[in-house]
Amino acid sequence: MTDASAPARRAAARPDTLRLLLNNTLATAGLAIFALIVLIALAAPLLSLPDPDATAPVDRLLRPLADGHLLGTDALGRDILSRLIWGTRVSLLVGISATLIAAFFGSLIGLVAGYAGGRVDTLLMRGIDMVMAFPYILLALAIVAALGPGLLNALYAIAVVNIPFFARNIRGIALGLSRREFVDAARLSGKSNAQILFLEVLPNVLPVIIITMSTTIGWMILETAGLSFLGLGAQPPQADLGSMLGEGRKILFTAPHVSIIPGLMIFALVMSINLLGDGVRDVLDPRLKSGALTRPVARTAVAKGNMPDDVAPRRDAILDVRDLKTEFRFGGEVFKAVGGVDLHVGRGECLGIVGESGSGKSVSAMSIMGLVPTPPGRIAGGIALLDGENLFTATDERIRQLRGSAVSHVFQDPLSTLHPLFTVGAQLIEAIQAHRPLTKAQARAKAADLLKLVRIPNPAERLKSYPHELSGGMRQRICIAMALANDTKVIIADEPTTALDVTVQAQVLALLDALRREKNTGVLFITHDFGVVSAICDRVAVMYAGKFVETGTTEDVLKAPAHPYTAKLIDCVPVLGQPERRLDAIEGRPPVVNNLPDGCAFAPRCPRAKDDCSEAPIPLTELGENRTVRCLHPLSAEAANG
Amino acid sequence: MDDAALLQIDNAGRVFGGGRTLFGSKKPAVHAVQDVSFSVRKGETLGVVGESGCGKSTLARMIVGLDAPTGGRIVFDGRDLVAEAGRDLRRLSREVQYVFQDPVASLNPRKTIRTILEAPLIHLLGLDRAAREKRLGELMDAVNLAPEFLDRYPHEFSGGQAQRIGIARALAADPKLIILDEPVSALDVSVQAQVLNILDGLKDRFGLTYIFISHDLSVVESVSDRVAVMYFGRLVEIGPGRTVLSTPRHPYTHLLLQSAPAPGRRALISEDANTELPDPYNPPPGCAFHARCPRGTDICMTKIPPLEAMSGETDHRAACFHPHEAR
Repeated sequence: MTDASAPARRAAARPDTLRLLLNNTLATAGLAIFALIVLIALAAPLLSLPDPDATAPVDRLLRPLADGHLLGTDALGRDILSRLIWGTRVSLLVGISATLIAAFFGSLIGLVAGYAGGRVDTLLMRGIDMVMAFPYILLALAIVAALGPGLLNALYAIAVVNIPFFARNIRGIALGLSRREFVDAARLSGKSNAQILFLEVLPNVLPVIIITMSTTIGWMILETAGLSFLGLGAQPPQADLGSMLGEGRKILFTAPHVSIIPGLMIFALVMSINLLGDGVRDVLDPRLKSGALTRPVARTAVAKGNMPDDVAPRRDAILDVRDLKTEFRFGGEVFKAVGGVDLHVGRGECLGIVGESGSGKSVSAMSIMGLVPTPPGRIAGGIALLDGENLFTATDERIRQLRGSAVSHVFQDPLSTLHPLFTVGAQLIEAIQAHRPLTKAQARAKAADLLKLVRIPNPAERLKSYPHELSGGMRQRICIAMALANDTKVIIADEPTTALDVTVQAQVLALLDALRREKNTGVLFITHDFGVVSAICDRVAVMYAGKFVETGTTEDVLKAPAHPYTAKLIDCVPVLGQPERRLDAIEGRPPVVNNLPDGCAFAPRCPRAKDDCSEAPIPLTELGENRTVRCLHPLSAEAANG
Repeated sequence: MDDAALLQIDNAGRVFGGGRTLFGSKKPAVHAVQDVSFSVRKGETLGVVGESGCGKSTLARMIVGLDAPTGGRIVFDGRDLVAEAGRDLRRLSREVQYVFQDPVASLNPRKTIRTILEAPLIHLLGLDRAAREKRLGELMDAVNLAPEFLDRYPHEFSGGQAQRIGIARALAADPKLIILDEPVSALDVSVQAQVLNILDGLKDRFGLTYIFISHDLSVVESVSDRVAVMYFGRLVEIGPGRTVLSTPRHPYTHLLLQSAPAPGRRALISEDANTELPDPYNPPPGCAFHARCPRGTDICMTKIPPLEAMSGETDHRAACFHPHEAR
């Protein structure tokens, strides 16, 4: 049972870091300017520049473009171009070295504090707090005053002043990483604390160090210039950008070019570094990488043209979806997450969609009310009718009205669905008032009724609770109450009990089952667990690689699964009371939905597959009343006979 | 005490928090694990069942030495683990290993699989390069992964493959006891079966002893020889898997079994909503379960029931004053 299938090469689908950086126009411009400045500064000894410190009182204060002096001369007749290039060299060198020193010591302190925690953390961070308590320029001045003026001392001062910045950033990240499971795993692999800190934690902190460096280096150059401007950095006759600016200040009105030229250089240098730094941060920061920079629109885009116009809705269905197709576009690839799904839910009926992760069950459900993020997702075809009303062609305003009233959702994790800073009462009242013109008092009374409906004891008191004060089961009851707030016709429940303990799960399932009968509400119930399906669903649809492979009443499908995938899926779960049963694992892995085969997507893993299975798309065929299966060689025939 | 006991836990406890603040007021304390005693025989699988917050993971971390108990003793193969883990975790890690719940989070995203699997070989066994190469091949073979996966990074693997790498890492040092902390609960059901089958095969092949922690009763039943049920930091029932799960004595085990969804089972029982876990900062006197218990009487509110052998069965113990009858 060697797993020969290669792991998904997700990296290939994503553009690499440099390409991402170059996509950002501003960052590219910053990179170009910065590279140019660095190159010129590095090449200073090769360019046949006049001696930057050679004074020539005869040629003093020449304007730019003068003969032999492209940028003119300063008050002592020194060539400004030469001084500018040599000065940039010094400023860059000091800025970069100070950044490196600050990054090294700051990161070290941050790493140790974050990893060790407890007393060490308190001690180190309070020390850092003390450094931060001084205004930074005052501290730098004090350090230089103590050490005496000079470029090297200015460098130390700037490095020391910036250590807290690194230490605090890195400590936060290291603190989080040190509690991660891979650190425990490394400890059990026999690594010592130092090995864990530098070989396990540090590589994960490195991007943050680089981000912090890229955003501080410009700042450091400015600070160096500032100290030199005050006469505490570079000492005459040595040129650096700050001291050039300082020398030109006195003659700003008579010879403005002497100060304006180094000023422009500082501006260009710092600006280019900051633009580049922002670009680097956007590329490297994992929080931004996971899509925080893309701003999805309020409703999933619907592709025009593939929609059937007039479909007679099923009379018994409150929700009727036909041939729903939803796809995601990443780079040049199209992932067909949902590839043609037909489903209908009647009043008071519960339809279960069962499938493994990545089968498209959640995306199907989210597509109905346009909750799939665009970009990258879009609905590529199909029609969804709510009580005869086409949801895909409805206006945005109409969809907004329907969301949370006629169709509402209950999600897996109630803690992340509820807002942590508002009481559950405030959130319930908001949900009620969003759809109905009630006064606050009326809405509050209604909210209390809702809590009573979901069997929460002492509802008036509970309304004042914050989500974190409630248990997981209570929170999910609140979510169900919120879903029922506005005469819901259909509840879409996406794994609502997966995060709950079994005893609580049983309670919530029983509650949901009772409420849908009481309120005559349709439920679209998404789960991966056939046990949960049995507990609540009237009908069930099994999903694989974006398509339903089998539908039918729960009883029929569980008793005699027709599709080999359904049968395998049931067989691979241990059943309570049958410890002897050998678990029948499904070999191989589900296909990736950007490269689906023509024929049956399950064929490569199917023990019953024959040649014809992979030739052409297989239709969903009727198999008796209310029963369909997408298979050429279903199991049912034998099951019925034997 | 069992002669063949590989691991013996006596009255182990773990308190989080507590102590006093700078100004002398008491800090709140939580008893995550209280007064837990059991033994694990060589070659068996002990399943530990319980809901979130019952202390099962804390117990597991204490056994592997990632956490130290605040009371009681944990004896492994005749050696006191608590004393040893504080001094030399490496020696303990050669004997006891751990498989984590979240397979992807337990692998460092910036290390190749080779580096991850080599760590225990270098630090725990001190193998040289040639011996390591040979052992890596054996390990990958043991968990059914192709050797060319060694040079890939964790994010390139699916959950099931990542968990097999986690198992290979635990196996690397050739331990006697492996603690499996919810090893399949983050996996899809089809993958779950693959991993369970691999674990089953490895146990026979390497003569391992497992402590299998899970919230899923059906999974625990299918892998365990004996089952221990935990509630609110205490052991409430322990015994042979088949007996405990077919004729549970403790009302909590009973409730768990009735709540577990199973294909083809329609009616789940439903309790009242206000019966929940007690507040851990303010534990009730007496039996922690009594507020939810249909059989509770006055004595349950005042005295903590001891873990006692049930009538007629020596190896089946439950902590209840009014246990269910054996059928």
